[in-house]
Amino acid sequence: MSTQIRPGDTIDGFVIGDCLHKGGNGYVYRVRPPPERDAGYPLLMKVPGVGPGEPTLGVVSFEIEQTILPLLTGSHVPRVVAVGDDAMRPYLVMEEIAGEGLAAQVARAPLDAAELAQVGAALADALQSVHRQQVIHLDVKPENFIVRTGGEAVLLDFGFARHARYPDLLAEAKTFAAGSAAYVSPEQLQGHRGDPRSDIFALGAVLYELATGEPPFGEPATFAGMRDRLWRLPSPPRSLVPSLPPPLQEIILHCLETRADRRYSTAAHVAFDLRHPDQVQLTRRAEWTAGAGLGRQLRSWWRSRGVAVPVSAPPTVAGSAPVILVAVDTEHPDDERHPALRRATQALVAMNAEFRLMFVSAIEAAALGEGARLEDTASGKHLDHRNRLRMWVAPLELPASRTSLHVVESADPAETLLDLARVNHVDLIVIGAPGTSDRALAWWRSVASTVTANAPCSVHVVRTPERGESATPRPQIRANPPMGVA
Amino acid sequence: MHALLGDFVGYGADACAVVERVMRFAEEGAIVLKGNHDAAIDRRGGYFNEQAQAALEWARETLSDPQKRFLAGLPLFAKHAPSYFVHASAASPERWDYVDSPGTALRCAEASGEPYTFCGHVHDQTLYFETPTGRMSAFQPSPGTPIPVRGPRRWLAIVGSVGQPRDRNPAAAYTMFDDVRREITFHRVSYDYLAAADKIRRAGLPAALAYRVESGI
Repeated sequence: MSTQIRPGDTIDGFVIGDCLHKGGNGYVYRVRPPPERDAGYPLLMKVPGVGPGEPTLGVVSFEIEQTILPLLTGSHVPRVVAVGDDAMRPYLVMEEIAGEGLAAQVARAPLDAAELAQVGAALADALQSVHRQQVIHLDVKPENFIVRTGGEAVLLDFGFARHARYPDLLAEAKTFAAGSAAYVSPEQLQGHRGDPRSDIFALGAVLYELATGEPPFGEPATFAGMRDRLWRLPSPPRSLVPSLPPPLQEIILHCLETRADRRYSTAAHVAFDLRHPDQVQLTRRAEWTAGAGLGRQLRSWWRSRGVAVPVSAPPTVAGSAPVILVAVDTEHPDDERHPALRRATQALVAMNAEFRLMFVSAIEAAALGEGARLEDTASGKHLDHRNRLRMWVAPLELPASRTSLHVVESADPAETLLDLARVNHVDLIVIGAPGTSDRALAWWRSVASTVTANAPCSVHVVRTPERGESATPRPQIRANPPMGVA
Repeated sequence: MHALLGDFVGYGADACAVVERVMRFAEEGAIVLKGNHDAAIDRRGGYFNEQAQAALEWARETLSDPQKRFLAGLPLFAKHAPSYFVHASAASPERWDYVDSPGTALRCAEASGEPYTFCGHVHDQTLYFETPTGRMSAFQPSPGTPIPVRGPRRWLAIVGSVGQPRDRNPAAAYTMFDDVRREITFHRVSYDYLAAADKIRRAGLPAALAYRVESGI
């Protein structure tokens, strides 16, 4: 049993400061590090609540966080500076994140649509980053997010989390393993702790609260009250805030589907839709403005009777629900590489059940000053290329809910494609190789080579098979670099 | 410190060389335990399939008397706080029960009386641990990942077998326990299993034994 810690005490060289938080998951103190541990940013020390009257769950939770948090990297989690693994006095020293707690933003809710989409996408980014590292948080709620001044979200408190490469210390602990009452997913209430889509449900509940100021299922105080969500449909957010745009309602209710396999399959897809609400495929629920009537609630209840939540295999393999970016050169519609690129796209779609396709055309920025003809003006050119892109995609006969079209003006197509890939958690970029006629151009100067070298993901470079007659003579050296995406 | 959890003979054609090496480990202070195959050398009882019978017969013919006496004198379990080592189950080591489920793992861990129990007998690496409800839960470890094994709970590791791992990976399995950092790391390491299989064939032992070594089944 650890003795009480007081400000001024020293633990392994860390001088204890003010106690910032005291709760079920332990105590958090500001600390001053010894010089050799000084990381150059403010630090916090977390210790578990141990002793008479403290819940034993707190100790297990602390152990889980102590294992998982140091393994996580990236800007969406606090950096860990020191881990005290002495059984008598365990502690965790981590970065203090500067920013606003999401709970403060919830207090200001309802947020306006633009802010909601922006904050929501940042939260989804943080979840995606953690999921990619094989970790499920399982206690997503406003109190566990901090939004940095720059808009990036940081996820805190991994005391309920699960890492795929480590034993789940809360396995089978049904009653305590559930997260927080207002946000916990239906399957967690049934003891399932292996599905990243549980975090997507909780994210949906957080988005709902940011959009309306109220949690979707209230704040049930009993386990039975929490189980309501196994079948009850939440009131549509637009019944509380009629001005909420339908795409945002669509996104929120899609996250809050009772069955995990009907939710978004990855947080990347949620972030994507929040960043491109105009591209969201609306279903009937987008328009709902009144609470579910008796009929719909009954249908929902009927579907859920018996074992309420059928658990489907979660998409555990990273990239099994990929976001695929296809770079289409609409400046050169006659290029012979287009059919090959389309075939490659078709093959990729056939391989993945849960995909998301972004078709991107990076076009040259229009000259300053409006031209005489519509297609010479910036907006006219944009519209023209959007239509070309739509025609390019049409033969693929893809469901609109899984595709989006983007025409981007850019002086540097490679950098533009890479930026889009980074922001949208793209798993695969599909791009045409430099054509035969451009082969003489140094490969490393082409858009495809820059994208391949710097991409944050895999790149599928599509080349048109060479025809017999053009295979032998070597192409002439060309003085001018070719235009467009190649 | 090394702990060798038994079944040194009865699978391959190298019984003599293996026992010789194991005897050296024992002299150096390693924990060496008796497995059911080792016990079968001086007793004809117990059930073994035809292949194992043939390999045991080969071992009986080739082992020297001192080697046979060494195997016969091995203990069934060893305590070395906070760890307990056994070939099969601590619940009744001489019955050669398999620890292959959360239930059998709980009985074994309770019987061992130590927080860390290490077992052989079953060939696949598994880590069992006590959940807050007091039951055991099974976990499939990833080789090379150190797993913290702290807390006031019981842990039971099936360390994996050197020959005949059953996961189609012929690499040998072993496990490290760092009792200071309190971490268990499961490992796989490749060895010249083609030579081992070749020796089995040349010794005239059943071809299936060679095939299993080659293909990790």
